[in-house]
Amino acid sequence: MYDIEKYYNAKTVSEAVTLLKEHPDARIISGGSDVLIKIREGRMAGTSLVAIRDIPEIKGIEKKENGDIYIGAGTVFSHITADPVIQKYIPVLGEAVDQVGGPQIRNIGTIGGNICNGAVSADSVPTVFSYNSLLHIANEEGGRIVPVREFYLGPGRVDLHPGEVLTHVVIPHAEYEGYHGHYIKYSMRNAMDIATLSCSVVSKVNIGEQVLEDVRITFGVAAPVPYRCTETEELLKGQKLGEELYRKLENSIRSEIHPRDSWRASKAFRLQIGGEIARRALIRTVELAEEEQGGEHA
Amino acid sequence: MIGKSVPRVDAYEKVTGRAKFTDDLMPPRCLVAKVLHATIGNGIVTSIDTSEAEKMEGVVKVVTFHDVPDHCYPTPGHPWSVEPAHQDVADRNLLTGRVRYYGDDIAAVIAEDEIIASRALKKIKVEYEEYPVEIHPRKSMYGSRPPIHFDKKDNVLARSNYFIGDVDKGMEEAETVVKGTYKTPIVQHCHIEAPISYAYMEKGRIVVVTSTQIPHIVRRVIGQALGIPWGRVRVIKPYIGGGFGNKQDVLYEPLNAFLTTQVGGRPVKMDISREETFCNTRTRHSIEFDLAAGVDKEGRLLAKDMHSYSNQGAYASHGHAIAANGLTSWRLQYACPNIRGEAYTIYTNTPVGGAMRGYGIPQVCFAIESFMDDVAHAIHMDPLEFRRKNLIQGYYADAYLKPIAANTNGIFECLKKGADYIHWDEKRKEYAQQTGDVRRGVGMALFSYKTGVWPISLEIAGARLSLNQDGSVQLTLGATEIGQGADTVFSQMVAETLQTDMEHVHIQTVQDTDVAPFDTGAYASRQSFVTGTAVRHCAEILRDKILAYAKTLLPEIDTTELELRDNWIWAGGEQAISLAALAEESYYSLTNSSVLTAEVSEQVKKNTIATGCCFAEVEVDIKLGKIKILHIINVHDSGKLLNPQLAEMQVHGGMSMGMGYGISEQLILDEKTGRPLNGNLLDYKLMTMLDTPDIKADFVEMEDPMGPYGNKALGEPPAIPCAPAIRNAVLHATGISFHEIPLTPQRLIDEFQKEGLL
Repeated sequence: MYDIEKYYNAKTVSEAVTLLKEHPDARIISGGSDVLIKIREGRMAGTSLVAIRDIPEIKGIEKKENGDIYIGAGTVFSHITADPVIQKYIPVLGEAVDQVGGPQIRNIGTIGGNICNGAVSADSVPTVFSYNSLLHIANEEGGRIVPVREFYLGPGRVDLHPGEVLTHVVIPHAEYEGYHGHYIKYSMRNAMDIATLSCSVVSKVNIGEQVLEDVRITFGVAAPVPYRCTETEELLKGQKLGEELYRKLENSIRSEIHPRDSWRASKAFRLQIGGEIARRALIRTVELAEEEQGGEHA
Repeated sequence: MIGKSVPRVDAYEKVTGRAKFTDDLMPPRCLVAKVLHATIGNGIVTSIDTSEAEKMEGVVKVVTFHDVPDHCYPTPGHPWSVEPAHQDVADRNLLTGRVRYYGDDIAAVIAEDEIIASRALKKIKVEYEEYPVEIHPRKSMYGSRPPIHFDKKDNVLARSNYFIGDVDKGMEEAETVVKGTYKTPIVQHCHIEAPISYAYMEKGRIVVVTSTQIPHIVRRVIGQALGIPWGRVRVIKPYIGGGFGNKQDVLYEPLNAFLTTQVGGRPVKMDISREETFCNTRTRHSIEFDLAAGVDKEGRLLAKDMHSYSNQGAYASHGHAIAANGLTSWRLQYACPNIRGEAYTIYTNTPVGGAMRGYGIPQVCFAIESFMDDVAHAIHMDPLEFRRKNLIQGYYADAYLKPIAANTNGIFECLKKGADYIHWDEKRKEYAQQTGDVRRGVGMALFSYKTGVWPISLEIAGARLSLNQDGSVQLTLGATEIGQGADTVFSQMVAETLQTDMEHVHIQTVQDTDVAPFDTGAYASRQSFVTGTAVRHCAEILRDKILAYAKTLLPEIDTTELELRDNWIWAGGEQAISLAALAEESYYSLTNSSVLTAEVSEQVKKNTIATGCCFAEVEVDIKLGKIKILHIINVHDSGKLLNPQLAEMQVHGGMSMGMGYGISEQLILDEKTGRPLNGNLLDYKLMTMLDTPDIKADFVEMEDPMGPYGNKALGEPPAIPCAPAIRNAVLHATGISFHEIPLTPQRLIDEFQKEGLL
């Protein structure tokens, strides 16, 4: 039995916004895989809920004419992984969300919920960061757009005001064209787990010149909020590919991220793992670029 | 029928969801009880105010430690002893104001539903006086003020020891002496069905329906806990979703029984959450072992010394029996003239240790088998060769406990099968000199395991058979099916002895202490051996009665040679009368009707040692601190296999537990309070299917003369040897001896950094 006070089921985004205004104490429920846990544990026991589960306009993925990719906030992980647009243009996102929990969770959990829950271990978020995604938020004033990098305010806190609903995650065309990404989730087991540390690397590589033209590195669980390693990115941009680059990356990551010491893992442990997974992720993006550009040359 | 892989008798019921578990049987308008757990790790409750909770609509009753009987009771699922010196330690109350661990039970709310009960718990105001918390046994054993239990001033629940030969002299004569300290973690059973029960009153008696391995013991303990005659308690055990020893303890059934008496006998349910299961039921003891061994020039063991320290937690439960079982194991299987063993079981402010699949042997096996590899490593000998040199071949008997003996001993055959499967010789060489970031290794470990508890404790089992009108038989037992397949193999045993087929044997799967013959239940890998002995005897009696009755029906035939087979009575190789016709006569004959039944209650004074081994190949990713198990095999000598497919499944399940024990499972406690930090299935890293390699199970079948059908222990053994085998494979891969499990990434990275691999 779940201790839920009232349950309101919105059919449209504007209805959801109205319901949230009318019931300021109510929380949004989408897939429920975070909310129901909090209710069961007692942290949100007795809450009222506004459900956005049955709103068609926030489900599905679409590539617009200008090339921007719109992902409905209510799209579930298994849908994202199987979606042809994602598979063609941003396969790393489909791979990342395929590492959430288990099959049942991936069939109910949504990308919007993953982002708005504010957890640093969210598997979609490092990749959403590395693609400089924009968040489209509906409200009574006609809505607003927030870069995901400005959305996280602190542990478990995001820039979503009462009466607001995240409707779409948008990945602009220029942010993915020519880039390759790879996500590594480091967890203590291979399924049904949350990340101890996670890293999404997105890079643009000139294979002919053997140069790393651009790189974006985002860590989950390395700081109170998802963390873009901008110092390391600047250090690596324009550098020659090779072992020296990867060693530089490892060292720089270990001084840039600030993971915490906890019973789950020590800081020293996370620093070791952090450097290693960033290295492996970057190497993988280079391999992906080689596979593609090599293919083009052939 | 013995030795055939017949389908489980409960397979269709379980797969289709028709099988009724405790939660499926709840009576209408059942009240719900929830327990208020202490939020300190050691101390006393100085005040408790339940008035706000009692005022809430839907709250029926609030009961605190002030309201329960003063006397203490024991909880472990042992047979009761009529000798006071051997009786279990009685150190629990139904609820307590003396908090001994974080989460101790201080009050309970009975309400109309779960939500009201949960809300009411939050309204109870409790104040405490806190005492210092000690979670480490080797510190706790120096005593505390006040002690955790007033009659054990030094917090030592028990100590035991033995000597064989002269260990000190043996060490002096040894070419090499090796020492090591090994430690195992607290782990939890993680049965799928958490403990659940409901209780109500009927005709002045208390009825408790519960998910337990030991209904007859639960009945006795409820009687003891409430201070009422045992006959006024009735316990019913439906299908259960696993137990692994946690339900070989009496958990919340006595409190549940008490609570129904507080609400006029209305049904009250206690549905224990997963978090409570971790913190408030039972766990496997963490044990620390200091070991030493001396070997001669040829690598033969001359002397062995063990001192072990078992963390009991806050209450005695199975207590010292666990550490003592490990201590006994130290003197078995390896030939060594001089052996010393000493074990302490120590109260601390942690969750309570109890029975868990292997009963002390997974802990001691990790210590012994890791140590044997370390000894072999120290003298530069192949660890398998070292084992072969020191293991006893053939029969051996325990030095102290008669008649415990390896009446059959297939360990050398098991080792051969395991080594062949893992390609031991090739891979030991191939992986000897590695330097990269990813390294591989092979390792092995072995064990021995008793079958049942005789002579340490009583072994008794009951069985009842009756012939139905159609010639089929009805089998009723006090032994319990807990997922291991007991009902299936008991049915096979009856079919074997009556020379019939499975369709003609109907087994009652629900144990109701008002109806089921007395049997102490599912534990100690005992049932197919002990209950099996009773089943065989019972079936033989029924067979003889059938044949005797047949003689009365066949006056014209020379009946000296009658035989029962294929549902017919045979005389001189000819079908004389069908069993169905005979059965019908036995019910309805107008001249001599008498339903044919047999019932035995049998004490079994036998024990025999099962054995086996595990071989594993691992790959260690040094920079990520990860172990991947590439191949793993258990080979068991459990005597004759009653049902090979069930046996294989049992080995798979046990190996899964063993691998988790080795690399991922541990209950982590907060140092300051003893509170479990990861007492849930997300943070407690039980292996998933994606962490599990292909598992190989193999057997060496030798008919054991003690087993009723040549069989001996198999239920618990599969969980025993995997952890040290994996640990030893990691030693081979990396050259690093780990002394504590699980081999988590954190532990690996720490050690690799210390040893300069990173």
